[in-house]
Order: sequence, then C-alpha cells, then structure tokens
Amino acid sequence: MTLFGWTGNILHIDLGTREIRVEHPHRDLYTRFLGGKGLAGHYLLPHARLDWDDPAMPVCLFTGPLNATTAPTSGRIHLASKSPLTGFMGDASAGGKLATQLKRAGWDGLVITGKSDTPVGIHIHDDQVTLKDAAPLWGKDTEALRRKLAPGKAALAAIGPAGENGCRFASITVDRHHSAGRTGLGLSLGTKKLKYIIAQGSQKTAVHDSAGLKAAREDILRLTAASPALMGQYGFTCLGTGAVFDLMDNRRMMPTDNFKATWFADAGQFNAHAYTRQFQPKKYGCKGCHILCKKIETRTGSHQALPEFETMSHFTALIGSRDLELVVEANSLCNRLGMDTISAASTLACHRELTGKDYTPDQVLSLLWDMAHDQGEGRSLKRGSRAHARAQGAPDTSMSVKGLELPAYDPRGAYGMALGYAVSTRGGCHLRAYPISHEVFRKPVATDRFSFSGKARIIKLAEDLNAAVDSLIACKFTFFAAGLEEYAKAFTAVTGVETTAQDLMAAGERIYYQDRLFNGAQTVAENPDDLPPRFFTQAGSSGNALEIPPIDREAFLNTRERYYRVRGLDAQGMPLKEKALALELPWNSL
Amino acid sequence: MEQLVKTFAQRLIKAGLADEDGRSAPLVAGLDDELTWNRPAPETRVLAPLFDRLNINSLVFFRPAAPFDSLMGYLAKEALDSGDPTIQPRDCETRTFLHDLPVVDRFDTDSLAQALTRRKSVIIMPRNEDDFDGPAILAHGNVSPEQGFVVTSSLCFACFVKFFTDYLEALERQIPCPEMTRVFNGVRTLAEQAAPQPPRLTPGPLDTEDSVYRAVIQVGKATVDLGLVDSYFGNISFCFDQTLYISQTGSSLDHLTGCIDPVPLDGSTSAGLTASSELSAHLETIKRTGCEAILHGHPRFSVILSMICPPDQRDQCPDRDHCHIRCPEKRFVGKIPIVPGEVGTGPTGLCNTLPAAFEHSHGVIVFGHGLFTRGKTDFTRAFQRLIAIEEDCKARYFTRIDELLKFQAGHAR
Repeated sequence: MTLFGWTGNILHIDLGTREIRVEHPHRDLYTRFLGGKGLAGHYLLPHARLDWDDPAMPVCLFTGPLNATTAPTSGRIHLASKSPLTGFMGDASAGGKLATQLKRAGWDGLVITGKSDTPVGIHIHDDQVTLKDAAPLWGKDTEALRRKLAPGKAALAAIGPAGENGCRFASITVDRHHSAGRTGLGLSLGTKKLKYIIAQGSQKTAVHDSAGLKAAREDILRLTAASPALMGQYGFTCLGTGAVFDLMDNRRMMPTDNFKATWFADAGQFNAHAYTRQFQPKKYGCKGCHILCKKIETRTGSHQALPEFETMSHFTALIGSRDLELVVEANSLCNRLGMDTISAASTLACHRELTGKDYTPDQVLSLLWDMAHDQGEGRSLKRGSRAHARAQGAPDTSMSVKGLELPAYDPRGAYGMALGYAVSTRGGCHLRAYPISHEVFRKPVATDRFSFSGKARIIKLAEDLNAAVDSLIACKFTFFAAGLEEYAKAFTAVTGVETTAQDLMAAGERIYYQDRLFNGAQTVAENPDDLPPRFFTQAGSSGNALEIPPIDREAFLNTRERYYRVRGLDAQGMPLKEKALALELPWNSL
Repeated sequence: MEQLVKTFAQRLIKAGLADEDGRSAPLVAGLDDELTWNRPAPETRVLAPLFDRLNINSLVFFRPAAPFDSLMGYLAKEALDSGDPTIQPRDCETRTFLHDLPVVDRFDTDSLAQALTRRKSVIIMPRNEDDFDGPAILAHGNVSPEQGFVVTSSLCFACFVKFFTDYLEALERQIPCPEMTRVFNGVRTLAEQAAPQPPRLTPGPLDTEDSVYRAVIQVGKATVDLGLVDSYFGNISFCFDQTLYISQTGSSLDHLTGCIDPVPLDGSTSAGLTASSELSAHLETIKRTGCEAILHGHPRFSVILSMICPPDQRDQCPDRDHCHIRCPEKRFVGKIPIVPGEVGTGPTGLCNTLPAAFEHSHGVIVFGHGLFTRGKTDFTRAFQRLIAIEEDCKARYFTRIDELLKFQAGHAR
C-alpha cells in the first residue's frame, strides 16, 4: 500500500554488532502513533525496565509525517531514550534540518541499540548507511567537530565532551545552533560511543493532496501572523524567545537565587532589548520555519546563537550573576561542550546555595568546563542538582522534578505550570503542557494563573495536544496561534488519512499514556509527581500589587488527585490496565 | 468551574446574544474531574455525552436571541439546501479564526460530535421544526468556557454581516429572494435602531498614568455597551509620556482592568508581547499622525459596507477572491477610506495599510474587519467618530436597500 507523508522505512542500527536492518511497519502503526514522540515511545516501551546504559536500551530519533513538507514549522525531530538524568522517559525535540534530511533520505526514524567498542559516526546518504570510525574526533567539542566534518547541506547531530564524560545532562547539538537539550540524551549517545550522525537526502516526501496542504498552510500562516507572541514586533520572530524575559519580570515569576525569590532587581538590564542592542542579531530558524525564533549575533563575526529565554534567565537571576557577556559565553560553551543550559545553570545555582559563595564569571565558565570534562568539582556537579544536593545532605536545594531541573517559570506565579511541572513524564519541563500559553500569553484565552480551578483537565488535554504535536511533527510555538483543527487539515492532506483534530487528540492521549506506562515500570521510593518543598513553604517576591504566596499544598494535592482521575491513573499516579487497553497500548510487555 | 460557567452564561446574556430565560437562555458546561452546568436543562441529555466523545473541557449552547435567530436560521437552511452544509462568511474574524461555520440538521450526540471533531462550533438547524427548536449554536473549548463564548459571539457577528451583505448583493443582482426579504423585513427594525445615547467620557488632557488606565477602561466599556464591538474583539490605545498603553490580546473591551500593557515607544522592553495583535498598527499610526488615542471596534454596518462592491465590477475583478488583502480600487464610505489588510503583522497585515490611510482621515475601515478612529488628548472625538461613522454606514445601507426595492417594485409594475 502506498504511504503518503511517511516513508514506510525505519532504520535499526546495532552499534555492537554493526548490523543495519530496515523495517517496513504496517500502516496501522503509523496511524496509531503518528511519528516523532509517538513512534519513539513505541520502540522504547518494551525496554522500559532496562537501565539507561544497558546496550539494548534504544536511542530513537523519529521524524513525523509533516516533516519535509510545506506544513508550517515542521522542521523538528524527536529523540528519546531512558533518561540518564532522571531514570524516566527521556525525550527532547530538536530543530535544525536533521528531520528534513533524514526524511528526504527515505527514513521515518532511527532505532539505535548496542554499544560500539570504539567511537563511531553514522553516515546516512539516501539509502546508503555506513558506520565510520570517529576515534580521531572523540574529545572534540561540537563546533570543532562541525568544522572538521564540514557537513555542508547535510544535517549534523553530535555530542561534545559532556556526552563522552558521563555528564547526566549532556545534550545533542544539531546543526550548530540547535539542541536536543533536556534529559541527558547526549550521554545516551556517548555511552554507545556514538559521536555523531550525519544525514543527507535527495527525495521528496509524497504528499497526497498538495492543494489541501496549501490551503491548510495558508490558514496556519494567517493565524500566526495574527499572533503578537509569535510575529508581533515584540514577539519571537523579532526578539526570539527572550521576549518572554520582561513578562516574567513583570509577572514576578522570574526564578531568582535558586528559586528563593521570584524577582530579580536588575532584570531590566538583561532583557531581549539589551541583547538586540549589544549583538545586533539576525533572524534564524529551523528548516522551513517562517517564525525564525533563533537569534544569531552579528557583532563579532562568530555568528553564534544568542541564548534562549531560559538560558538568559538562569545564567543571571538564578545564579545571581549580572554579566550579560557571561550569559552569551556560557551559552556558547554549553553548546560546544554539549550540555543542557537549564540543568547546568540550575545545578550551579544549587551549588551556590549550598556553598553560600557567589560566582565570578570565570568560576562559572570553569565549572561548566569541569562538568563536561569530569574534573574537580565538576565530578559531582555533572550528575545534576538532585544527585549533587543529595550527596551534600541537602536534597531540598535541588530545584527539580524527577531529577530534571526546572526552567525559568516560577510555579508560584502560575498554578497550571505548578501542576504541569509535577506531573510531566520527563520531569521539570514547561513544554509538556505549556500552560504559560493561557496563564501568561492569554492564548487561546486567559486563565487565572493563581487558581487551580479547572487546571487538572486543562493540563491533561494540553499534554495530549503537545504529544500529538511532537509526533506530527510541528513546533509548539505555532500553537500560540493555530490549533490541531488546522494541523489536522494539513495531516489529512499530507497522508491522505482522513483525520480530525479530535482524532489527533486521541492519538496524543495514547502517546502520552505510553510515557506513563514507561515511567510506571520504574522502581521509585515515593511519588515522583511532586514539586520541591520550597514552593509550598516559601513565598515568592511580592510587588507590582501582586502577592506571591507559597502554593497551598493541599490545593495542589487535590488538583493532582483530580489530574490522576482525569488521566486514568490510580491514586498514586500509576497506570491502569483497563485504561492502557482502552487506548490500545500493550500491558503485558511490562 | 462553577463560577466560570455562570460568568460566561451571564456574558452571553449581557452581549444580547442570549436571553436571561425562556428558549434563548444559555447553557454552559465546564468539566474538570466533574461536570458542572450553569442550570439544569433537558438538552444536557444530548450534550453531556459529548464530554466522553471529545477531548474538551467546556461547552456553550444556546438558541440565539433576536435578530440573530432568524438571520442564522435563514443562512443555515440555505447551507443545508445547497448540499454543502457550511455557512461561509467572508468577514475577517471568520476567515482567520473559524474558517467556516458547519451546520447540522439533527440535535443528537452523534451529529454534534462529528461536527465538533472538525470545527470549534456547529449550528443546529432542523429541517422540520417539530424535530428540534432551532436554530441553536454549540461551541466547545479545551481551556475555558470563554472559548465557547468567543466563538459563538464571532459566529453571531459573522452571520449578521453575511446576511445583510448577501441581501444587498442579491438586490443589486436583481435576484428574487422572497424568503430572504421576509427575514430581512422581520429584523430590519431591530437592526436599524439608532445607537443609544453615548456616555460622556472623561475629558483630557490625560496627564497621569492612572488617568490613562481609567480612560482606556472607560471607553472600552462604552464601546461594548453601545454595540460597537463584540466584547472579546477590538482594541484601544493611548500614548502618554513616551509609552503606549494598549489593551492586551484577547482581552474583553468591557473588562480591561488588569488587561492593559504599557509599551515603551523606544522598544526598551518586550512588554508588548501580550499586547493586542494590532500593536504595530497603533504604534505606526501614532508615529505618522501624532495622535494619542486610537479606538478600534467592529461596528456591523461599517464592516458590511466595506464588503459591498458593485456586482458588475466585482465579477470582472481579478482580485475578487482576495479583497481582504488587495483591492485595485481606492474605496471609501463617504470620505472614510476602506483599506485591505489581515489581522497582525504579516506581509498582508493591516499594519501595512492602516497607518498610511490614517494620515488623511480620522477614521479608517478595514475590509471585512472593523473601524479604527483616532483622536487627540482623550477618547472623546475618537469615540464620537466611531459612532458617527457607524451611523452613517447604517443609513447608507438602508437607503441603498430602499432604492433597490423601489427600483424592483417599479420594474415589477
């Protein structure tokens, strides 16, 4: 049967045996899991009980049916494995052109297992797949590696020293300016001795109905043009994600001093406007994206990416630094070393609180280097804030959920965010439910950010939606403006599978519950769906006529209980057999 | 949730879309882990199961109040009879946010679920009046009942604009339409009613930040109260002390407290991130004209007249399907220019057309979208202009209708 949108080919590579195998799944698998996050989770689930560094634990990279088509914002790829940082589902979305090139090469995804004895790189050029010796490249940072490999039009995903040296929050750098940042997937590649993947393709994605796709594209572009957050003159197109910085300051939601406060007195000096003035950035984005949220500096000629919002906030307010140049340097260093900036900065903030000593800029850079090279204090810090704080006898100073450090939205200022962080299957993540969309950006409508009312179901529905988005694949930012209604039209046009927004939501629910099944297979001492105690005991920084009290613990727990009911979990947040079977997910495999 | 469903039921009544009681009383539901309705009603038997069928958290259902009931009923029946059960208005809000308006002829869970899997709303219009008391509107949300309120409000606006636009065009084309005429005659008196007496706004100069906030809130409420905009749409700004104070995106103009963003003109903060999607157009207008106050509403007859084009001219026009983004003619209502332009800042956005048009006029109509007016020192003149232009558009519309009816009557003799 002819497939549209999907290539029908999944590549299995065993780095231990060097076996390369092609699978042609049944169409039904694609329609149930869509692609991206959905398919990655499907291939991971049977291995849920393995250790993250077991040779049989796969690292999955999946495109979706919309990749390499003209569907707007469809340039991203989804990667997944068991997280070395959290021990739970570890997945991340990355921009750049990897998805496009992989798809054009004829592959829906890669499932990489086994461990190589020596460093290797995977080269994919259409149907030619080869493993090459990467021993001479081991130890190189991602930028040096890129210069050496000179990928040209090909896409390049690579790890840096952090992924080689056991850093639990190592990232994968894609096409220089993009990252699969969270949950330590760089270490998942590193433990397999996989230094890089390079991909290039020459085929076109088969689209079932080009006119239908064009119409859907026009609807989506019209909606994004109408979105101030995206394409307004203070939106992501013009200022990058750093545009959020002033809002967090104004809303008293900026995590400061390792979340001991929520307002940073000098924030105004470090906002997006300050970066624009100092670095005269140009717009840049993922392949085929019209939003172009990345900002590349043009001042020095180095053309390095400027920091994203979370990095801007955490390398100033969270660690108590007032040095804009340091933020840019730290961001650049993390990208070269292959480390997640959020976890790196948050671990530094935890360390600062534990030692009671402020950092100089040099100390920050030096500690980042040490984390990636497993030396000095970096030996402990590279394990992430949770392990570091526990080792120091002060576990509550790790501002993380499930071991994943929290991004730059203080949950005391947005209760949907509080619940979203707690129940996120990958840990402290703002993107699973993205409640900032309605609690701050007012889209699709505003909700009361200081109330838990209605939030249980809102978070569940948003998780389902975003799971579908990560599987199609499209960029979550677009959903400040467009919806699954428009993307269902694009999906139908691309694949020829008549699909509604509600069908995609149903697929999203299945895909997200799959994460819950994966996490449910892990052994835990206590319910991991919880926030650090600080948020329930310490107030934030009130001001601007806003009171920022601690979160009411009982209200939080009640809402979490409601969430469990809405999600179809038991009172401890564990998956239920009936629900799994109703969603056509396997139960016995665990 | 209980508070939210009651709030938005009341908002529908206040907006004149539904009635306090009787057949047009609104029914609003919200679901967290338990389902909450604003009132008991027999329709919940059909509507409640939709929460099991759809990934939603709220529903808004009502039979629209006059004049929307008969307009919508006519358009819905026309759509059903055409074989393509969708109403396709050409106004900006529908084009951008709703795309089209599906119609079903049965009030049962299956039919409604099927329609709502594809669109945010559905109109229910039975072919046989004994089957169901229609028309009715149903809309869903996945965040708040406010989504249903916004969608149904847009839907009523879109149907109003479409009906009156279609009727004028039908008369221009000399198409006999007795049923349409019957409906028109039934709603004309209500539609033609003169605007109520406007309130007196706080006079300028607005020379403190506090006075600016209060003035913006005041004029927002007045604009909604006079029916010059549906609550959720439109935007307002005032420039004071090198800062533009502008209503936030998705804010209701009659509930602007806490929903006004101060945006420094030097761009030194990104506080405008949550500002109205027309922020760029406001900033550029202020820069070009030196005005301080800008008011934007969606008065219905201004929108209707903006979409009227002589049929023979339209039939020949190569851009006839793109009037909202380009028009080869310079068009006016009286001296008020009509410009193309979509919502926001895209290449065909109204930010590229509105500010230039404002250099020569105190008021500008954007095709199929709404009316912008400007003023100096306070909102008084901008508000008066909004009312005057809309009244003028209304008068011109009905004058033209009467001319055409007279012409047709003459021919008939």
